[in-house]
Amino acid sequence: MSLHLKSAAELGRGIRAGEYSSEEVARHFLDRIDQGNDRLNAFVTVTAERALEDARRADAAIKAGEGGALTGVPLAHKDIFCTSKILTTCGSKMLSNFVSPYDATVVERLAAAGTVLLGKTNMDEFAMGSSNETSFYGPVRNPWDENRVPGGSSGGSAAAVAARLAPVATGTDTGGSIRQPAALTGLTGVKPTYGRVSRYGMIAFASSLDQGGVLAQSAEDAALLLEAIAGFDPRDSTSVDAPVPAYATQLDRPVKGLKVGIIREFFGEGLDPATGDAVQAALEVYRSLGAELVELSLPALPLSVPTYYVVAPAECSSNLSRFDGVRFGYRCEDPKDLLDLYTRSRGEGFGAEVKRRIMTGTYVLSAGYYDAYYLKAQKVRNLINADFKRAFTEVDVLLGPTCPTPAFGIGAKVDDPITMYLNDIYTIGANLAGLPALSAPCGLVDGLPVGLQVIGPHFAESRVLAVAHAYQRETDWHRRIPPAWA
Amino acid sequence: MTLTRRDVENIALLARLRITDEELPGYVGSLSRILEFVEQLSSAETGEVEPMAHPLEDQVQRLRPDEPTETDHRELYQRNAPAVEAGLYIVPKVIE
Repeated sequence: MSLHLKSAAELGRGIRAGEYSSEEVARHFLDRIDQGNDRLNAFVTVTAERALEDARRADAAIKAGEGGALTGVPLAHKDIFCTSKILTTCGSKMLSNFVSPYDATVVERLAAAGTVLLGKTNMDEFAMGSSNETSFYGPVRNPWDENRVPGGSSGGSAAAVAARLAPVATGTDTGGSIRQPAALTGLTGVKPTYGRVSRYGMIAFASSLDQGGVLAQSAEDAALLLEAIAGFDPRDSTSVDAPVPAYATQLDRPVKGLKVGIIREFFGEGLDPATGDAVQAALEVYRSLGAELVELSLPALPLSVPTYYVVAPAECSSNLSRFDGVRFGYRCEDPKDLLDLYTRSRGEGFGAEVKRRIMTGTYVLSAGYYDAYYLKAQKVRNLINADFKRAFTEVDVLLGPTCPTPAFGIGAKVDDPITMYLNDIYTIGANLAGLPALSAPCGLVDGLPVGLQVIGPHFAESRVLAVAHAYQRETDWHRRIPPAWA
Repeated sequence: MTLTRRDVENIALLARLRITDEELPGYVGSLSRILEFVEQLSSAETGEVEPMAHPLEDQVQRLRPDEPTETDHRELYQRNAPAVEAGLYIVPKVIE
C-alpha cells in the first residue's frame, strides 16, 4: 500500500517496526506536495529541508530504541501557529513577512513528540472565513471538486489531508473552522473543550472562542494527535489545569446504552435534504449499535449565529489592534504622520473581511451601542450555554449535521457575508459554550462529503472520540479518498 | 440599523483603518446588513440573565507571582520591526 494511503497511526507503527524510514515517508509526502500543491494551493510554505532534518532525527531516535506513536510521522501546521525560523502569515498581507521569535505550544509539543514538519497551510485571513477565500494567498481548492471551496478557516489543512499531501494537520476552531472544513473534505476534525489546548503562539482572533485542534483521517488519528497537544500550559492564562486522558486507548468504549440527543433545531429549514438523509442514516447506525436516541430542543440555539457575529468581531477588533505598523507586520510606504501610519498600514495590510469584522466589532463596542449589542449578545450566549447544560443532564452526547450543505462553489457566497456566516449555523453553538465537538464523514452527496457532528459536555473529548470511532468501525466513509488523489 | 457613509467613516477612524472611497459604499451596505441581522438578538428575553464572558463558568483567571520570568529578547523581537534604530522603533515625527 502506498505510504500516503496510510493513517498517521499506521505510519508511526510502520516507522517503529522498521518497514520504512521516516525519511522515506517525508520524501513521499514532499513529492506529493510538489506535484499537487499548485492545483490545491493548500500550503503557504513548504518546509522541505526542515522536514528531512526532522525525519533523520526521528530515524535516529527509533534506531536508538526511543520514540513514541508519532515519532517520524509528518504533519502540517495551520499558518496561524507561530513557528520560529519559518514564516507565520495567518493568511494575511499584514504578516506576510513575519517570522515568529518563538514556537507555539502546539508546535513545540508536536515537535517533542517526534513529528516531521512538512509546511504551513493556507487559511482564511486571521481565521475569518468559512471558505478559505479570504486568504491573501488565494483560495484553496477542494480535492473532491476543484471548483469548490474546502471550507474554512482551516481550509489548507483540510485540503492537504483530504488529498493526502499530509497524513494529518493542525487547525483552529472559533466558530467551526476545524469541523466545517473537515465535513466538506471528508475528514475527522476535532475541536476540544475551550482551555484544553494551549493558545500560546496561536494568533488570536476571538479569545473567548478560539481553540486549537486537529484535522485527521479518523477518530483514532485525531485522538493520537490531540493527546500530544492537549494539557496545561502556564503560558496561556485560560489553559485548564486538568489531567489529559489517554484518548487513543479509550476509543473502544461501547456506545451501547449511550443516550444520544438529537437537536430538533438542527434538522429544520435550511438543511439540504440529501445531507439530512446522510445524517439520519448515521443515526440509524448508532441505534443499531444499541444507543438510545432522544429528540430534544435547544430553543436559544437558533440565535447562535447573531450572537457570534457580535461577540467574535468585538473580540477581534480588540485583538487585532496590536497590528499598528510599528513593532511587526506590514507598514505602508511613506507615512506622513502617526495616524496615517496606523490607518494606511492597517487599511492596506488587512483584507476586506478582516476590516469588515474589525469595524463590526468597533461599532458594537462603541459608546451608546455596547449594551444593546455586546452585553445583549453575552446574555444570549448564556441562554445558549444553559440550553446545552440542560441537554447534558438528559443525554451523553448530541449528534447532528456539521454543515447545512456539502461544499459550495468558489465565489458562490463571497458577495453576501450573511449567507457565508450561516454556513456555521450548526457549529457555532459549541464554541459559544466552550464544548468539545467533532465532525466525522458520514456519506457522499453527488460525490461530495457530508459531516456528522458529535458534541459532548466539557472535557468529554474521550467520549466524543469514542462515539466517532464506534461509527468508523461500522462504516468506511472515513476511508474514502477523493478519486483524483488516490 | 442602517448606517450612513458618515457612520462608517467614523467607525473606520475609531478602528484606525483607512477605507478608500471605492471601498466605502460596500462597507456601508454590508455593515448595515450585519447589524440588521444581529438585531434578532433583541427578540430574546434576557431580563435577569448574567452576561457570559468566559465559556467555562467556574474558571477563574489564574494569577502568577509578580516575578520576572523573561530575559531580554529585544534584538530578536526587533528583527520583525519595519524600522529600528539603536534599539528603538522608528515612527514619523509626533511632536513638532
